[in-house]
Amino acid sequence: MNVFDEADFRKSEYNTRRQFIKNCISGAGALTLGSMLGGNLFANNLLEQDYEKHERTHFAPKAKHVIYLHMAGAPSQLEIFDHKPELNKLNGQACPASLLEGKRFAFIRGVPQMLGSQATFNQHGESRTWVSDYLPHFTQAVDEVSFLKAVHTDEFNHAPAQFLMQTGSPRTGRPSIGSWATYGLGSPNENLPGFVVLLSNGGASGGKRLWGSGFLPTVHQGVQCKSSGDAVRNLRNPKGVDRILRKKSVDAINNINELEYQESQDPEILTRIAQYELAFKMQTSVPGVMNIDDEPAYIKELYGVTPGENSFANNCLLARRLVENGVRFVQLYDSGWDTHGAGPNSGVGSLGLKRKCKSVDQGMTALLKDLKQRGLLEETLIVWGGEFGRTPMMEARTGKNFLGRDHHNEAFTMWMAGAGIKKGMTHGETDAIGYSAVRDRVHVHDIQATILNQLGLDHERLTYRFQGRDFRLTDVHGSVIQDILSVS
Amino acid sequence: MKYKVQRNSLVDFLFKGLLLVILLLLGSCNKLGEEEVLISFNRDVRPILNDKCLRCHGGVKANGGFSMLFEEEAFGKTQSGKKAIVRGNHKKSELFKRLVHKDPDIRMPLEANPLSANQIEIIKNWIDQGAKWEKHWAYIPPNESVIPPEVNDQNWSKNVIDQFIFKKLTEQGFTPASETDKHTLIRRVTLDLTGLPPTMEEVQDFVSDNAPKAYENLVDTLLASPHFGERWATMWLDLARYADSKGYEKDSNREIWKYRDWVINAFNNDMPFDQFSIEQLAGDLVPEPTEEQLIATAFHRNTLANDEGGTDNEQFRTESVLERVATTYEVWQGTTMACVQCHSHPYDPFKHEEFYESMAFFNNAVDNDSYFEQPKLFTYSETNEIKVEELLQYFDKELLPEDKYDIKSPYLYTQKEALLTHLGHRFVEAETFDEASPFIEFDGGLNFLWQVQDSSWVKYEDIDLKNIEKIGFSISSSMDYAGEISVRLDSLGGKEIGRVKITNTKKSKEIVHGQKMAEFIASIEPVDERHDLFLQFYKGERYLGHLFYVDNLFYYEKEPLKEKYSTEFNKKVLELAKTPTTTTPIIQELRGEKARKTFVFDRGSWLSPGKEVSRGIPDIYDISKVQEPSNRLEFAQWLVSDKNPLASRVAVNRFWEQLFGFGLVESMEEFGSQGEKPTHPALLDWMAIQFASEYDWKMKPFIKELVMSATYRQSSSMNPEKTAQDPTNKWFARMGRTRLSGEQIRDQTLTVSGLLNKRIGGASVKNADVDISGGWRAIPDYVIQGDSAKYRRSLYTFWKRVNPPMNLIAFDSPDRSVCTSRRIRTNTPLQALNSLNDETFFEASQALAELMFEEVNQLEDRIKWGYFRVMGKDIDTKKLELLVQLYNETYQHYNDKGSDKDLPEIALKQKGKNKLTLSALTVVANTLLNLDEFIVKG
Repeated sequence: MNVFDEADFRKSEYNTRRQFIKNCISGAGALTLGSMLGGNLFANNLLEQDYEKHERTHFAPKAKHVIYLHMAGAPSQLEIFDHKPELNKLNGQACPASLLEGKRFAFIRGVPQMLGSQATFNQHGESRTWVSDYLPHFTQAVDEVSFLKAVHTDEFNHAPAQFLMQTGSPRTGRPSIGSWATYGLGSPNENLPGFVVLLSNGGASGGKRLWGSGFLPTVHQGVQCKSSGDAVRNLRNPKGVDRILRKKSVDAINNINELEYQESQDPEILTRIAQYELAFKMQTSVPGVMNIDDEPAYIKELYGVTPGENSFANNCLLARRLVENGVRFVQLYDSGWDTHGAGPNSGVGSLGLKRKCKSVDQGMTALLKDLKQRGLLEETLIVWGGEFGRTPMMEARTGKNFLGRDHHNEAFTMWMAGAGIKKGMTHGETDAIGYSAVRDRVHVHDIQATILNQLGLDHERLTYRFQGRDFRLTDVHGSVIQDILSVS
Repeated sequence: MKYKVQRNSLVDFLFKGLLLVILLLLGSCNKLGEEEVLISFNRDVRPILNDKCLRCHGGVKANGGFSMLFEEEAFGKTQSGKKAIVRGNHKKSELFKRLVHKDPDIRMPLEANPLSANQIEIIKNWIDQGAKWEKHWAYIPPNESVIPPEVNDQNWSKNVIDQFIFKKLTEQGFTPASETDKHTLIRRVTLDLTGLPPTMEEVQDFVSDNAPKAYENLVDTLLASPHFGERWATMWLDLARYADSKGYEKDSNREIWKYRDWVINAFNNDMPFDQFSIEQLAGDLVPEPTEEQLIATAFHRNTLANDEGGTDNEQFRTESVLERVATTYEVWQGTTMACVQCHSHPYDPFKHEEFYESMAFFNNAVDNDSYFEQPKLFTYSETNEIKVEELLQYFDKELLPEDKYDIKSPYLYTQKEALLTHLGHRFVEAETFDEASPFIEFDGGLNFLWQVQDSSWVKYEDIDLKNIEKIGFSISSSMDYAGEISVRLDSLGGKEIGRVKITNTKKSKEIVHGQKMAEFIASIEPVDERHDLFLQFYKGERYLGHLFYVDNLFYYEKEPLKEKYSTEFNKKVLELAKTPTTTTPIIQELRGEKARKTFVFDRGSWLSPGKEVSRGIPDIYDISKVQEPSNRLEFAQWLVSDKNPLASRVAVNRFWEQLFGFGLVESMEEFGSQGEKPTHPALLDWMAIQFASEYDWKMKPFIKELVMSATYRQSSSMNPEKTAQDPTNKWFARMGRTRLSGEQIRDQTLTVSGLLNKRIGGASVKNADVDISGGWRAIPDYVIQGDSAKYRRSLYTFWKRVNPPMNLIAFDSPDRSVCTSRRIRTNTPLQALNSLNDETFFEASQALAELMFEEVNQLEDRIKWGYFRVMGKDIDTKKLELLVQLYNETYQHYNDKGSDKDLPEIALKQKGKNKLTLSALTVVANTLLNLDEFIVKG
């Protein structure tokens, strides 16, 4: 697909600017405008009709939006969701040789000791789900979610594992899930990007490539937004240019470009005119959405927001506002989950992981509640997880000073909720010490297939031709986790 | 894709029309029956096989023991023992029978719609006509006997390229567009050849120059401009995935800018493309390589490296080597090899093991994903080179006859090292270790060993310990008893020959990179020979994140030679030792017993090595075993030899795309059977032969031929009829109207505003686009910062892969993590926001306004002047009216607001009403820099 194909299409639709602008306000044009911001213009091969009629999708979607909460650094499942009393009994004993044979670890060398959970587990909700005291708020939400307790991945270093989780490949250069979603579906709000990224505590180590569009056109890359400072890069007018002058200059630019169009007949100019108008609109629409000050006090309390910071709680509230405004895919990254126990604050105990859990517990629970009370949970898929899990063995990098766990790719816990996902469900199981997944294993590609499935997209049919090959998010793998999908 | 399909169906239609004409012609002279058609495998059969059959009978799967990827397999026996294709007899051919079988469980393709009657007819006739097999066009060498078509074009053609273009235009019913106006032409060609716009004077001179050779003279001047290399390097750096950091989690810095300068110089010096290629792929293997030839090999040191804690170096070394194979094939062959890493190519004739035979050429490089990225070349700046040479001469003169010795090395740094060792001055940066335990990392600035933890270690290979009595460690520590260093011979458990306790350095006055350093000395038991040296670190009183920082080591000799000499002499020794260097990671070949073996990786996984393979190139290229390249140098030589059907075609296609907007093969990265077909195959072949033979791979004369063509000089104006018939402009009935690249847009903005710092080459620069949050934050010392860095050309931007310059990314630049053959141009509101509001772009608006203010007096003249400066042409009345109106309204607005704080910064340099004038001009300038005509190449 190239710009000329695109221009050709637009040319046929809009002969004059007037017509163009008119179309933008209603009907097909509105869709197109959305697509320029991360939408579907390039995906018309698949789904050219109206999304509402489900003709842009492969089948009826359950989710219109996705909020993906990525805990970058990889939280320990053994302190949060995967309750292993047997492991606690083995605490301090040498790890059996059978577990170490032929295995590769990031940091563990020699024969490590088993490390019992540092948290206290209890059963919660009607589903009697085990959750630890590290997430006191979330214990109230267990009946809303499906837990995946036997997720596994191929990578055990952060950046490659994050790439695999977000782009389907451990190497760089592939589009992220959000890019695939907007490529497949477009985005309903013409004034906001279709794929928004929110960072807290520094984001993720894979960097901006995690939300890159890879070989898909760059309109599909995630747009990083902030609740404090510049909401979107270059959104603010420079000193000396206020909104009135910006309006005047954008009008002048577009009027002159229109003259240029009359002369050169290049339909690409019409797109540029529309994009300048959109940029101008975004200057108010984006900060409007990103400004959480206008939320009522009880909502702020519900999330536990911290004014003026790019905190995880703020980002959860923003995520709700964004999907409320039609954003297709909201990706949160929260950093600081790498609990090796290399120092006093980086272990799985109360100074490290417990504190870290506290910083997300209220926000993510509030997000579930808030979406539910607004009726948005039914059309919004929430995904929570890290890029891999942690070992049941103690890493002991520095002797036994601090209790930490190494990277572990054979079993960890994730959860999904909303949009056609079963409530109060647990899928998958690990062995007695939480080392291996023993039942209903779920691979990263299965998670991705399921996310696309809820959006009404068949992960095997959502493809993009590049280098002479049809690429897809799940490469040649992945199957939808049917067991966690509600029947209706 | 829907719109693609439209285009293709148009092509199909035209193509079929053409076919019909050919068939009618054939019909009169061919013995075949009237209804029978001479089938071409490539034209008629291969598309059907690719579309319908190869998925199950290709390189990945060969169901029923039948594959149609290779000729020998297609005509060999299948699982059933029978041949699927019996040449000359479709009735005996299982292939045909299965296509028409009534039982849907047997009929092919399975679980899919049957082939159309027409397709079945093609297969039938193809078999009956003898089932002649052909290679895909790209694997057949370019036709050396292509004769440029004779055309009746009323002297439109300026050179042979135009004859090819004109012929196709006529076939399509088009006529070429008229030559564009001179203003547009000079801007177009100047941007294309130098990446910068012409100056006002250059425009005026060219427009008023009516000499017949005026344009050619202009082109010659531009080709000779030092900015030519900068502009064309940008294209190559996308392919080379050049960046200043390693990628992955830490995204540590990588000093490799000398490679970027090597590319610029190569273009500027018109290095022939064959030499250009050989030096990048195998500069280390040419006889007695120069420093420059070694720097060229950094092409393949641009691979990502993973410094994340706990990574397996062998895993990421292997990743790099696999990537080098894929990149080499994409850059020179336009061939996607990545899929052959896991299995045979599904559609093109590459066998799984052939990937690894190619990999064997690259698998023997020394580098192994180690932190310090050895091997590296150390070089001096021009000034320091002179200084070091003078110092070496000084020592040569001063040394007594009995102390003299022969320094043999073509490299200055090696000479220096040898001399210092000879003098007994042996200083080593700690981070130059050869191997380390997993915990050892570097600090963000890559200056110290960091993450020194209990029991962690580093190893230095093959150290001459003769006469060494002490080793000094320059260290920073914040604990009274931070730990100990144990010095061991040959292995971790080897003999301890020294040990030193590390204490607090907070009272030290010596500050290096913000750390208080002190030297700790370990006495060493005498050892006589060369050994591997291990330093193992132990914790002291407690553990605090890490133990200490280690900056460098000093090997103290017993009675070093230098002590025989004067204080002055010893001062010069220090001076020599401390002269700063630039490092560049390079490729070096492992030799002797250290050479690596290469194995086929089962399903592409390095953890599952299969059978061993030796070096070789894929069979499709028809090179006999005797002639097959035996090392990386010969492989590179083969790539750019006339025995390779692809390199020249792929290269000329890249030059074409850079100038015309799209390649003749639109899929620049894929010339294989799944890529796009060339729109002008004869022209492509003719140019490929021209480039390699006629021009001897010289790029400048070839590029000159392209821009001298009438095709290139056409107007870019579109007319609705032509656009409707050829929306993608694939037949070149006009010049493409292409949006400039991110680099060109920023560089042009800096140029017209007078801000551009035109310095060429040198270390990367930190400009406003460099966002250092994320990744390893520190900006290394060598990076140029401050005012002289701010307005350098975009290609010098310090490029962090985790945080690439968003200014360029917004305009579709790749992030330089993988080889990128083409940038897909988009048109987004983020681009608008960038040009309107970005810090650098708005500084440029103010600077341009100031020029308009100072150069001319009257308002209209100012706008006319500004417009001419920005666009290289006169403004028309309507546009002028709009800008005057904007100016007046803006002026009024500032006047109404009446406060300095509402004005752009630059206005405050003026007094009284002039403030308002300059402010309003800033808004006008900002508008000019956002116009469509400014960011496209007209």
